[in-house]
Amino acid sequence: MRLVEREQTPAWLPWCAILSSGFVTLIFAALLILAAGASPLEGFLELFKGAFGSKNAVAETGATATPLIFTGLAAAIAFKAKFWNIGAEGQLYTGALATTYFGAGLFEFSAFIMIPFLISVGFIFGALALLPMVLLRQFLRVDEVVTTLLMNFVIILLVSYLLEGPWKDPYSLGWPQASPIIDQGVLPQILPRTRLHLGFAIAILVAFIIWYIQTKTLFGYSSKAVGHNPSAAKHSGISVTKTMIGVAVLSGGIAGLAGVSETAGLKGYLTLDLSPGFGYTGIAVAMLGNLHPIGVIFSALFIAVIYVGADSMSRAINVPSYLADVIVASTILTVLISLVVIKYKVNLGRKY
Amino acid sequence: MTAILNVRNICKRFGKLDANKNISFEVSPGEILAILGENGAGKTTLMNIIFGHYLADNGTILFNGNELKSGDPKVAINAGIGMVHQHFTLAENLTVLENTLVGTQALYKPHLAEKKARNKLNYLAREFGLELNPDQLVRNLSVGQKQRIEILKTLFSDCKLLILDEPTASLTPQEVKSLFDSIRKLVAAGLGVILISHKLNEILEISNRIVVLRSGEIVGEVKTEDADKSQLGEMIVGHKINRPHRRKNSLTETKIELRSVSTKKSNELVSLEKVNLKVRGGEILGIAGVAGNGQKALAELLTGHTKPISGEIILNGENYTLKTPSDFINAGVAYIPEDRNADGTVGEMSIWENTILSESKNLNFFDKKGILNKLNSRELAHSICEKHDVRFQSVEQPARLLSGGNIQKLLIGRWLERNPTVIIACQPSRGLDEGAISAVHKTLLSQRKNSNGIILISEDLDELLSLSDKIMVLYGGKSSSVFENQNIDVARLGLLMAGDGFK
Repeated sequence: MRLVEREQTPAWLPWCAILSSGFVTLIFAALLILAAGASPLEGFLELFKGAFGSKNAVAETGATATPLIFTGLAAAIAFKAKFWNIGAEGQLYTGALATTYFGAGLFEFSAFIMIPFLISVGFIFGALALLPMVLLRQFLRVDEVVTTLLMNFVIILLVSYLLEGPWKDPYSLGWPQASPIIDQGVLPQILPRTRLHLGFAIAILVAFIIWYIQTKTLFGYSSKAVGHNPSAAKHSGISVTKTMIGVAVLSGGIAGLAGVSETAGLKGYLTLDLSPGFGYTGIAVAMLGNLHPIGVIFSALFIAVIYVGADSMSRAINVPSYLADVIVASTILTVLISLVVIKYKVNLGRKY
Repeated sequence: MTAILNVRNICKRFGKLDANKNISFEVSPGEILAILGENGAGKTTLMNIIFGHYLADNGTILFNGNELKSGDPKVAINAGIGMVHQHFTLAENLTVLENTLVGTQALYKPHLAEKKARNKLNYLAREFGLELNPDQLVRNLSVGQKQRIEILKTLFSDCKLLILDEPTASLTPQEVKSLFDSIRKLVAAGLGVILISHKLNEILEISNRIVVLRSGEIVGEVKTEDADKSQLGEMIVGHKINRPHRRKNSLTETKIELRSVSTKKSNELVSLEKVNLKVRGGEILGIAGVAGNGQKALAELLTGHTKPISGEIILNGENYTLKTPSDFINAGVAYIPEDRNADGTVGEMSIWENTILSESKNLNFFDKKGILNKLNSRELAHSICEKHDVRFQSVEQPARLLSGGNIQKLLIGRWLERNPTVIIACQPSRGLDEGAISAVHKTLLSQRKNSNGIILISEDLDELLSLSDKIMVLYGGKSSSVFENQNIDVARLGLLMAGDGFK
């Protein structure tokens, strides 16, 4: 078997491939629901209801998608430039630390200043958490996969230390959590009496800004050239190091925004379970969105629908909620396969 | 005498392209058949079919009267076909003898019949003028010597038909002569030889018969003694060749100068030692040398990508020793890298995106705020493609879909838009077809006429002799003295290329 690159892709093929990958995932999930002893049809209905059935359900889906859009964008920007930032989780927590440090009473401004202020510090600290890795890579050829991944543990342990020790909220009844963000700093709700907050709108806005940067600016152009062929970029006078630093600042900063949004928007204070692995799921979101910023919005929403829906499905028909992970994982696999099929022709057996 | 190889009606299609169409020919023992053709004419495909790498769509191959089951190189080797590829397949960390044994002996044989092999190897080497020390490590050998091992390997497996793919591509003139002596001895001993080449002079010197391939078809077959050079040339390209000629030119001030520059060795670059050169406006300085003797290091040095550890670079009268690549670009240095795909273009990006690759500081394409002007960029792409005859479907298509010649024309066109004063051209015509080569040569000569300084780095001595005003040899990272092209001694150049005359 060998893969041959297509010269032209027929117009129907991408749609067909994506639809059939969705179909394969559905069948796969149905088999698992059957194996768990429930009716697949009923399961899917519950899943749908859980994600879209009420105002609250829709709001919940949006709230879940919010951090995923941020971390998905962080991964997509970096991966597009072939900078393998696996550390969005750590950068998210760095953003959350900054939000807590500056937002839990150190400064008090009106909301119009406080919110942009917290967003800025979250971005800056997220970016700072990634900056050393890009410098290590460009100047000492240290592999960024290793450094960004390991940094996650360092930062999470730091958060754990702070929450168990110096930053622990005296009014938290012994729980390891930090003092709450002051009222002026809390991101307002978009839909009243739900958990959907301003962070969601910011995430969408950021995605469009990234899209604009990537398609319309010199920086976007350079990062594309550097990602595809650093040597040709270098020989044309584009500074590879400067471009990579820009990419890292943007990627780390946006991952930091996920921390701001979760701390100041969803929870109101920093806890150790602020992120159940949003940084890592962001990588899947980015892949599923084909590293395109607008694609990331849709793939984050899709994954949020599955998580939120599967959660209520598991409660309604008594199947394990781990099904959500299986569905997400198999969707990613089938979509990646369909992307290969769109780009390549599969020649079975025949030799040249 | 009956033919040793009989190729009948071979056809092979790749997609829409006819790589080989109804190809039939024969080779007799004791005969040297030359297969001539441009890049892309189908020579390599044909040899890969004979050797079993590719499966033909149609047609048969008879070897010694028996049909050769195709699709398996092992069958071809066992039948007695030996092939020496243009790029060698040797293990650098093994000795000559070990390299001969690898692949010719069963992999898990308990003991290697080393003594017998050594005797056979020595005998073959003596007999055919392919002398080598069997215990020398391959990594320490020259290109010509490595080629001898490849030929010895095929003889070692008792080959009856030897196929040589572009054997003279990176040899010095002396090495070519000694290779031809060996080939003559081989055919005298009854072997059949197929020589694939695009170098007319060499083919006329050594072959008995010539088959010309064009666009996958045989367009002519002549006995070498009846062949006429210009007629063959036309047969190869399908029309009259007019490679441009160099005319007298007046020289202006010095454009770029290296004063005793040395560089460090790095992973991919050899070190340079006290290299001196000087190019004035209106002249072409040719740099000759066998591959891997510092050509790329020199080009990277002249464009600011490597920094000297001693010596000075003077560009347009100013000291540029420690300036950055983008300073060099802004001072008017254009660089045509030897690997246009790896260093010159971004294959995944569109044609128009590639045309503005070195324009990041040009306000026509990126304004003060860094916003891309797509309209101007696309316009530039259209005008470059039109001016330099780049054949394309749409400026939105990825550059990797262009042919080598078109990519090269795009790349050169892009640099010329910047009105460079110094052009560093590294192997600019390598792998291109005749039409593209003459376009590249024409461009270089017209830049020379515009009083720009040009450094042409090439392995092709004919190219250097026809374009350069002066020629210098690079060997082991050292530069020779500079020769005027008018009264140049080619044999002397050859000796220098082999390292003779360097301290």
